[in-house]
Amino acid sequence: MIEVRLFATFREGREKIIFVDYMPGMTGYDIIEPLGIKEEEIAIFLINGRHSKAGAVLNDGSVLALFPPVGGG
Amino acid sequence: MVTSYNGEVLRVNLTERIINTEPLDMEKAVKYIGGRGLGTRMLLDEGCATVEPLSPENKLIYITGPMTGTAVPTGGRYMVVTKSPLTGMIACSNSGGVWGAMLKYAGWDAIVVEGKADAPVYLEINDHEVTLHDASDLWGKKSLETESILKERHTGYSVLNIGPAGENQALLAAIMNDGDRAAGRSGVGAVMGSKNLKAIVVKASKTQIDPHDADALRTAAVDCIKKLRANGVTGEGLPTFGTAVLVNIINNIGAMPTKNWQESYYPEADSFSGETMKDTSLVKNHACHRCPIGCGRVVKLQDGNVVGGPEYEPLWAYGANCGNSDLDSINKANEVCNEMGLDAISTPCTIAAAMELYEKGLITDEDCHGVPLKWGSKEAIVTWTEWMGLGSNPLAKLMADGSYRLCEHYGVPELSMSVKKQEIPAYDARAIQGIGITYATSNRGGCHVRGYMISPEVLGLPEQLDRETVEGKAQWAKIFQDLTSVIDSMGMCLFSSFALGAPEYAALLNAGTGTNYDVNGLLEVGDRIYNLERMFNKAAGMKPEDDRLPKRIAEDEIVNGPSKGMSSKIKLTLPQYYEARGWKDAFPTEETLKRLGLEDLI
Ligand code: SF4
Repeated sequence: MIEVRLFATFREGREKIIFVDYMPGMTGYDIIEPLGIKEEEIAIFLINGRHSKAGAVLNDGSVLALFPPVGGG
Repeated sequence: MVTSYNGEVLRVNLTERIINTEPLDMEKAVKYIGGRGLGTRMLLDEGCATVEPLSPENKLIYITGPMTGTAVPTGGRYMVVTKSPLTGMIACSNSGGVWGAMLKYAGWDAIVVEGKADAPVYLEINDHEVTLHDASDLWGKKSLETESILKERHTGYSVLNIGPAGENQALLAAIMNDGDRAAGRSGVGAVMGSKNLKAIVVKASKTQIDPHDADALRTAAVDCIKKLRANGVTGEGLPTFGTAVLVNIINNIGAMPTKNWQESYYPEADSFSGETMKDTSLVKNHACHRCPIGCGRVVKLQDGNVVGGPEYEPLWAYGANCGNSDLDSINKANEVCNEMGLDAISTPCTIAAAMELYEKGLITDEDCHGVPLKWGSKEAIVTWTEWMGLGSNPLAKLMADGSYRLCEHYGVPELSMSVKKQEIPAYDARAIQGIGITYATSNRGGCHVRGYMISPEVLGLPEQLDRETVEGKAQWAKIFQDLTSVIDSMGMCLFSSFALGAPEYAALLNAGTGTNYDVNGLLEVGDRIYNLERMFNKAAGMKPEDDRLPKRIAEDEIVNGPSKGMSSKIKLTLPQYYEARGWKDAFPTEETLKRLGLEDLI
């Protein structure tokens, strides 16, 4: 199982957290394409808290966190 | 001719009740720009590095930058520069709203306040008509009430004031202006209180500032506004969610200090995130003078009151750092900070430290006056904030002087998560190496906005750095600190730098003042200002060991969350940083001072 956490405007019209069945060899693209999120819309792509890219290969149990461009404090 | 400055400084001696006008030293203005840089130079030259911060000998400088009041986006800021009673070093606190622009329109670049009034007073500035009034009827009043009384009395004025915390000379006291805007850090409000100065009200008939080259400045400003609008952070992220949007980002990388930094991941953080705030309590945005970003929040409390909303730092500090996931109580506690005139970062961080002392049995139920300092207590965060502002009981008084003095009192100073006795904000430096360098070396003590390394290390701006590595971080930290010094001196908001870089700031400054800086020249001015502050601190008695992270950050590993096992590499990066700066044992070498035109400080 992959846990996908969506933040900021990615939550509009979507759930905050989505669980996706794991398939060996799957990458971030297999997650974002069905969600209708384009790679270039993503500013921060975290896998298990580490900065990564949509092309990265996922593992069973991976936690993804996706953010559009956001800001600072 | 250099313009964008008024060329005039107001000097107010409260002891003698004498008000004078002086010309702005233009040579210094060019060399140190304005705001933070020029203010520090003026304070040093006034001989304030060695004075007692809360004595009449300390001076309080309110100073604008050349961009303040111009058509430049975010150009509405002013700085309060003084010797800090919290750190014993340079204090330089920045605020937005409209007050700074109003001061500039009234014809002044800066106000120097000296001495001490024998009874509470407030200052009225109506262009060049400047009057001291009795403020005894205002003394004891909260900040917002003071503001509304003064606004009724003085129609069309912008109001800056202190609340009860400043009057009590609490070392965490802020200076408030225009409702919820604050020059929050380093205890500048205590200095104002020590002078018996309750407020400064300003009105101006002018509504613009003459730049050196109006056409060039307009072109540069329009270019900057376009870039701010097109940028995802300043055009959409900050306007929609405010700085609160950071809650989920920082927590998801495992860098959210929890329960006074004992942990670094808080599973319930989304309950006080920018997203949740937008869905549950946000009423509208709020922008400072001439700001197209509008990161400020206005929120509705559950009791129906509509108030200024918290930034990321108080959300974190009253939230995860106090083990509390209730957004309404954070909104409320933040409002109490504004009413009391308290630093909304250091105050909740000190409550978090007190909660750890309570957990460890050092603070007892008897000390707590019926409101135990328990992790996650909504009642405690709101009530203790109010008690700290009012100085209601001995423990509250002690807490109002910050976590260092509190923890030292209980024999455990290492539990104060501070640098130079000022509380460190909201990003775990064990999980983000570069920010640790800027925490340790910040001239005003624990602070995130003296070199916001979160931008490259977490947000990927201007480029993504690996937050776990140390390579190149010392140089990055230096450049960020130098550029920030420039932005703070120009009178602009640091948040503009998510979309703008050194070339844009150089273009604005050149058009505004007739200078001719390229990127390197501009960064050198920032370097000069950073070194100047360091020399102020040296004169004030700073020691090399003051550039130190608290033991918990410097030595312990992160115990939970996505960054579990990570530790600080500060022992490696600090020497690299000193080398990049041309410093030895934490201070500039003679050669460095000469290179930067600071030879008079050798
Ligand atoms: S970005 Fe926020 S803090 Fe900065 S000037 Fe604009 S509204 Fe004020």
